[in-house]
Amino acid sequence: MAEFTLPKNSKIKPGKTWPAPAGARRVKKFRVYRWDPDTKENPRLDTYEVDLDQCGPMVLDALIKIKNEIDATLTFRRSCREGVCGSCAMNIDGTNTLACTKYISDVKGDVPVYPLPHMDVVKDLVPDLTNAIAQLAAIEPWLKSKSPPPTRERLQSAEERSKLDGLWECILCFCCTTSCPSYWWNPDRYLGPAVLLQAYRWIADSRDEETGERLDQLEDPFRLYRCHTIMNCSNTCPKGLNPAKAIAETKKLMLARKG
Amino acid sequence: MAFRSPLGKVRGLGSAKDGTHHWWMQRVTALALIPLTIWFVASVVALIGKDHIAFTAWVKNPLTATLLVLLIAATFHHAQLGVQVVIEDYVHREGVKVTSILVMKGVALVLAGIGIFSVLRIAFGG
Repeated sequence: MAEFTLPKNSKIKPGKTWPAPAGARRVKKFRVYRWDPDTKENPRLDTYEVDLDQCGPMVLDALIKIKNEIDATLTFRRSCREGVCGSCAMNIDGTNTLACTKYISDVKGDVPVYPLPHMDVVKDLVPDLTNAIAQLAAIEPWLKSKSPPPTRERLQSAEERSKLDGLWECILCFCCTTSCPSYWWNPDRYLGPAVLLQAYRWIADSRDEETGERLDQLEDPFRLYRCHTIMNCSNTCPKGLNPAKAIAETKKLMLARKG
Repeated sequence: MAFRSPLGKVRGLGSAKDGTHHWWMQRVTALALIPLTIWFVASVVALIGKDHIAFTAWVKNPLTATLLVLLIAATFHHAQLGVQVVIEDYVHREGVKVTSILVMKGVALVLAGIGIFSVLRIAFGG
């Protein structure tokens, strides 16, 4: 059954508070989810007071400042710090987004920071994406062709190329997938918006010749049709993409090939 | 302990090559229900204050009887398709899932049957 309450060992307890240094004038409180797999303790919510006058503008800046200067045990993923790698995806102020492109000033009051929802947690803000990545591998996200390999690049008209706009930009941060209630309830069988957008990225590619096989692989009550157009995916995407539309286009193609 | 690879788990039993018909029928019945429901509500409102004879006379009209049968069929078909999805979403124990879907579809079928039978009985002058 769907779970409506957290299991006992997942209930979040109040944690430590790390006060701002004396003389700090612009103090913002970051309430950060902490969980350490090496202790038997429940997750807790630590409060870090950060002086914004001594901190960059983004939530990631604050997290890095916390790790460097306040509490080195805080664990999170980050790499590019400019919204192209997707590593720092987390739930900030109730919405899945990238810490590196989320302005601290966009959050009124304290800043709640949690890992991506409904995923197993590796530690603190690091979710276990094993299943989602395996789902990406399962749709075989590379160009597949039956024609003999050409001696030069595979040509594509500007019009054909434009069909990939809004798809190629996906950075696989899984903000959308982990915001989707359908994915929360059926992550073992539903592919989720991020992977379905990737699947459509190859279905829409004029150079790919396995469109039918790709549709075959998706045509399933769970893999594709668990999407109930809830639209959380499109609302939360930090890149402004529209996975719900990609899914709708896939459903239309399913119908188009029937008759 | 399970050593199955994440990819093996995800690929699982493969695609069912099914689901499009179910999804499309949900849309088709929803579409059909828009005019049918508007017609039904408008007709019943027009009959407010009329007696039983006027009402049965309305049902006996071939067009009315046909539309009523279609309305009942579309309503229960749409409902059972929708509730099936809800059960599949939330119920994960296979036995409970299959049983509840079968019971739900049975109930929908019986209710639709009673509705259609009642319309026909009036239409054919029972």
